[in-house]
Amino acid sequence: MNTQKEIVIKTDKLTKKFGDFIAANEITFEVFKGEIFGFLGANGAGKTTAMKMLIGISKPSSGNATIAGFDVYEDTENIKRSIGYMSQKFSLYEDLTIKENITLFGGIYGLSDDEIETKCNELLQKLNLQNDANKLVGSLPLGWKQKLAFSTAIFHTPKIVFLDEPTGGVDPITRRQFWDMIYEAAHNGITVFVTTHYMDEAEYCDRVSIMVDGVIKALDSPAGLKKQFNANSMDEVFLMLARNAKRGE
Amino acid sequence: MNVIELKNITKTYRTKKNIITAVDDVSFSVGEGELFGLIGPDGAGKTSIFRILTTLLLADKGNAAVMDLDVVKSYKEIRKIIGYMPGRFSLYQDLSVEENLEFFATIFNTTIEANYDLVSDIYKQLEPFKTRRAGKLSGGMKQKLALCCALIHKPKVLFLDEPTTGVDPVSRKEFWEMLKRLKAQGISILVSTPYMDEAKLCDRIALIQNGSILEIDTPQNIINRFDKNLYAVKSKSMFNLLNDLRAYSKTESCFAFGNYHHLVLNEVEPDLDELKSYLQNHIDLEITLIQPNIEDRFMQLMRK
Repeated sequence: MNTQKEIVIKTDKLTKKFGDFIAANEITFEVFKGEIFGFLGANGAGKTTAMKMLIGISKPSSGNATIAGFDVYEDTENIKRSIGYMSQKFSLYEDLTIKENITLFGGIYGLSDDEIETKCNELLQKLNLQNDANKLVGSLPLGWKQKLAFSTAIFHTPKIVFLDEPTGGVDPITRRQFWDMIYEAAHNGITVFVTTHYMDEAEYCDRVSIMVDGVIKALDSPAGLKKQFNANSMDEVFLMLARNAKRGE
Repeated sequence: MNVIELKNITKTYRTKKNIITAVDDVSFSVGEGELFGLIGPDGAGKTSIFRILTTLLLADKGNAAVMDLDVVKSYKEIRKIIGYMPGRFSLYQDLSVEENLEFFATIFNTTIEANYDLVSDIYKQLEPFKTRRAGKLSGGMKQKLALCCALIHKPKVLFLDEPTTGVDPVSRKEFWEMLKRLKAQGISILVSTPYMDEAKLCDRIALIQNGSILEIDTPQNIINRFDKNLYAVKSKSMFNLLNDLRAYSKTESCFAFGNYHHLVLNEVEPDLDELKSYLQNHIDLEITLIQPNIEDRFMQLMRK
């Protein structure tokens, strides 16, 4: 990991209002290169709204933010080129083959045909899927889909990868294999920004923020948070902070 | 009498190319007043089992009964005495909270007032929003309404298919507290979940994977069957530690578990000094013998 902490996400009083409803209220934080950053919050706390501003698909109402050095008001196209994104709800096209999916996303992110060809072969080898390259993604088990989706999201070596509840519903061993890949990506300098409802997964993160009613209520390492709230687990920390949340989704 | 009884149930689905065995010779029973959990990942066969028991799907082989009524022959009687909350939100999105509840009461020939006691606890939290359309509710609220609708005819058995999936930890905790209160009122409950930490809240559980049951028992007995020493290991660089532990010649399994890695060694009497000297380059190394949890046991069974 880097010793001089390079900042890759910086927000300053970032706010999003819908009419008089403040979905995200003056959120301020920094995320460093190669860090695994957990972005937690109850349903309706404003996580999705905040994340949409960070990935350049929703214009903030006020405040500032830079993602990989690019401004969220002016430079959204450059932001999109510098990041990867994966969610449980949407990741890959089920009716395209493995290879077609990789080629499609490589192309969208602007890699050349040669680069795509080389990296695609590397990736298939790494995932041990060489013999399955022409299989439809829809025919793969869920765990494989998710591993492939993550690999595709970092195929263009982005600065940051955003993961929106990536591990729902998979078996415990596959979930570990997925986190092994996250660790490896972070080790290679890719910043990982992840939301999850599994509180034990919060423990994998270098630092964690917890959002309640549009505001970041706490931000520290899991160990720091447990100490601060005198709790044994992140689950307890979360319950203490989110139990009195006023709003639903 | 067993409230739920499955004997050698098998269910296959045919696609153009393959035959998929979703449920493979599954047998278990749920006793009166029991809170029984089906614990397993997506694709384990949980939903197929629920649909067979709620008379919505026919098994290929085997028998199943609810309150001693056969799921094939007596499906009409079963439907009257069970409450079912499917995994996907299945209420009418364009009816209000109150209208949905009234609708379900009416089709079961009862009224909200007649059974209000049973749902009052939960419904009180929904009452401020009772004119809101169900489609506009938050995830936690939708789940509470679905539970009310499954309860409004005072069922004897409650079937809850992944009621807490995708729900935040606060709502999950509240939901399990509601289940405890329903159980105290004598309702037997079959519930499924992919969250292993919820397993310990059940009286008994079945761990299920790829259509087969791995183990059935009380959560504590299942944990007790983890027959190896389990170590929690941590150091400053968790990524390197994981790779080093996996490369260690005496490692049987090593998995990341949040702030620690869980390690099992393949020796009867593990030599921790040897392990420590192997890991001597790691800063802030910590090795602690710990109690396994359900997830550890699940993973141990998966590897067998």
